[in-house]
Amino acid sequence: MEDLQIKKSTTAYDVVIVGSGAGGGMAGYVLANAGIKVLMLEAGAYFDPKTDSHQLKWAWESARRGAGTTRPFGDFDAAYGGWELEGEPYTQKDGTEFAWFRARMLGGRTNHWGRISLRMGPEDFKPKDGLTDPWPITYADVKPYYDKVDRLIGIYGTVENIESEPDGIFLPPPKPRLNELFIKQGASKAGVKVITGRGSVLTEALPNNKDRGACFFCGQCGRACKVYGDFSASSCLVIPAIKTGNLKVITNAMVREVITDKNGLATGVSYVNKDDMQEYQVNAKTVILGASAGESARILLNSKSAAHPGGLANSSGVVGKYLHDSTGSGAGGFLPQLMDRKRYNEDGVGSVHIYSPWWLDNKKLNFPRGYHIEYGGGMHMPSYGFGGGIQDMNGAVPGRDGKKKDGGGYGVGLKDDYRRFYGTQVGMAGRGTAIARADNYCEIDPNGVVDKYGIPVLRFNYKWTNDEINQAKHMQETFQEILHNMGAIYGTMQGPETNYGLEAPGKIIHEVGTIRMGDDPKKSALNKWCQAHDCKNLFVVDAAPFVQQGDKNATWTILALSMRTAEYILQERKKLNV
Amino acid sequence: MNRRDSLKAIGLGTITTGLLLGGCKPGDKTTTETADTKAGAVPGRQPYEVERENKLKADKYFDEHEMATITVLADIIIPKDAHSGSASDAKVPEFIEFIVKDIPSHKLPMRGGLKWLDMQCLNRYGNTFIKCNNTQKTEILDQIAYPYKAKAEMQQGVAFFNRMRDLTASGFWSSEMGTKDIGYAGNAPNKWTGVPADVLKQYGMENVKI
Repeated sequence: MEDLQIKKSTTAYDVVIVGSGAGGGMAGYVLANAGIKVLMLEAGAYFDPKTDSHQLKWAWESARRGAGTTRPFGDFDAAYGGWELEGEPYTQKDGTEFAWFRARMLGGRTNHWGRISLRMGPEDFKPKDGLTDPWPITYADVKPYYDKVDRLIGIYGTVENIESEPDGIFLPPPKPRLNELFIKQGASKAGVKVITGRGSVLTEALPNNKDRGACFFCGQCGRACKVYGDFSASSCLVIPAIKTGNLKVITNAMVREVITDKNGLATGVSYVNKDDMQEYQVNAKTVILGASAGESARILLNSKSAAHPGGLANSSGVVGKYLHDSTGSGAGGFLPQLMDRKRYNEDGVGSVHIYSPWWLDNKKLNFPRGYHIEYGGGMHMPSYGFGGGIQDMNGAVPGRDGKKKDGGGYGVGLKDDYRRFYGTQVGMAGRGTAIARADNYCEIDPNGVVDKYGIPVLRFNYKWTNDEINQAKHMQETFQEILHNMGAIYGTMQGPETNYGLEAPGKIIHEVGTIRMGDDPKKSALNKWCQAHDCKNLFVVDAAPFVQQGDKNATWTILALSMRTAEYILQERKKLNV
Repeated sequence: MNRRDSLKAIGLGTITTGLLLGGCKPGDKTTTETADTKAGAVPGRQPYEVERENKLKADKYFDEHEMATITVLADIIIPKDAHSGSASDAKVPEFIEFIVKDIPSHKLPMRGGLKWLDMQCLNRYGNTFIKCNNTQKTEILDQIAYPYKAKAEMQQGVAFFNRMRDLTASGFWSSEMGTKDIGYAGNAPNKWTGVPADVLKQYGMENVKI
């Protein structure tokens, strides 16, 4: 590449948005619909669920029968990417095991996510225990945007009047499956509340929307929906925004840095075009980062200039700090009373049908905050891994003749056992609050590691503390009790040797907090509108601005905050402030 | 867009009382997704995935003897019965040949396990496994197919047979034949209205509400 040169675009856009997921997609949707000329840069390929989803394929249509060899959540899963990307490394400090999931595609990780759509509650924004900093905004500030997101995108659920689990504007929920009724019984006996799940799936047609189809209950939201029956930023935000004529998307555009002028204001961004490996610069009056908590922090830290020597928007030094992912720990077993069960289609929706919000008082516990529980089980499409470990199941219960036999085996008897156990399994997983700490952070790798585009990479430093480990222990004890109450057969509890099954940080893919908002420019990078304290025409709309995540999955809050920030930008433009 | 229109939009016709009319059912389609050699030509697949899969399919891992042994073992694990065919009828050996290349952590334990089995048989019966008579085959398999009662010195065989059984189950039940046999009734557009009344009654769950 001897003729390497920077190709500078002469077009000046009103706004350039980096990233096309929940945050970038929503900002692009709001601004394009308001008539603003927007350029969106996406680091991955174009993806339209209508043509690119693997929905309704059978396991045998995959040579690996749906195994997760190249896609961590299975061969039909929608995500282009994973925790490891060829040519795009990241490094770890002091034995950290942070796992960074990236989906390089239009719509990002919203194409494959679980669609579990939860609002954070009043105390999530303003915690009363004094352990973490309050957000600069309250639930009341965000509520109107949650409401608008509910109406715009669609969500099912039930009104429960639980203060920490605010209700939304709900479509009818899917009915529970058989295994879930057993779970409800077992959980209730353990004092664990079970309510209807909340998911962004159109269980009925969305009023006033002609572009999206109603759900037809294949349970495959993770593959992305060809009729746009669930929320993906691609299908519900970016593609409609393109249709306004005001949003242009450039795919395979890997952003290197935000360009600033001598006054420190943003003038645009530079990126590598992955197709021709050439370097480009685009200009815009306003720059919005929605590249993900990790990637947006990386871009800011790599955007060093005389005006911003520590990286853009980082005079406080907080960029990269306070990184936190939800805690996660799971357990499962099978229900012998469901052996030889009747077959019928119970695919349902691809999000959760039932859900347990946090139900206890922390004052009596040895960890702060809490966790929720997601449940699953039933008669799924057999795919890679089906029937695995049968030797631990078929010896645990009497055979058809009423007699116990040795676990394992082969032949017609074994073949029959696989049938008998089909659909008996149940699983549950806790997702909890991890405390945001300044000493859990990402930074630019100090040893000079770069990716294949020459962009300096992130190094992670992250340790769980007893707060999270004790929470995982509590999850495991709760799961054992629920499984016991259900009459399930299950293995021994995860113990201290695995930190009670506590997943490595990043594995739950709810990482947030790296460019946090706050009223004090010395302690935060963004103000309450997600606008950089140090650079007024720079905004961040992904999960990076989160001060402290509750036990609620991040997406619905990303969408609400991004919509709020986009509307703020529209107001400020009218006042000629940005 | 209502449900009927959304199904029409993807060419799936309509639904009546939970039954799919005109959609895909096991048996309608037998084609395996074939990766095009032209990178990027497969919708919903990244070019590197297509290239990788083509390469795996062109490579050969197991030799003829190994494949013959895998076939005999797979058919012992899942034989033909009144409901469906055998593992090899469902092309399980071909699946195993692919999956060990796709998930290379299977390669060595499978190759070594097959060799271990042959060496055991050679020492005991003077033949490789596939050349043993049925009594001999049963005798050796019974020592490795039941992990909880297997002797300590047979642990290598137990580990191999657990893996072989799991791969056979994966390959068989995820095949068209196996999926039909197990009775999976989904992957078809429908209107989910909850657990059928007779099933609720069977388990005494009529009054359990979420």
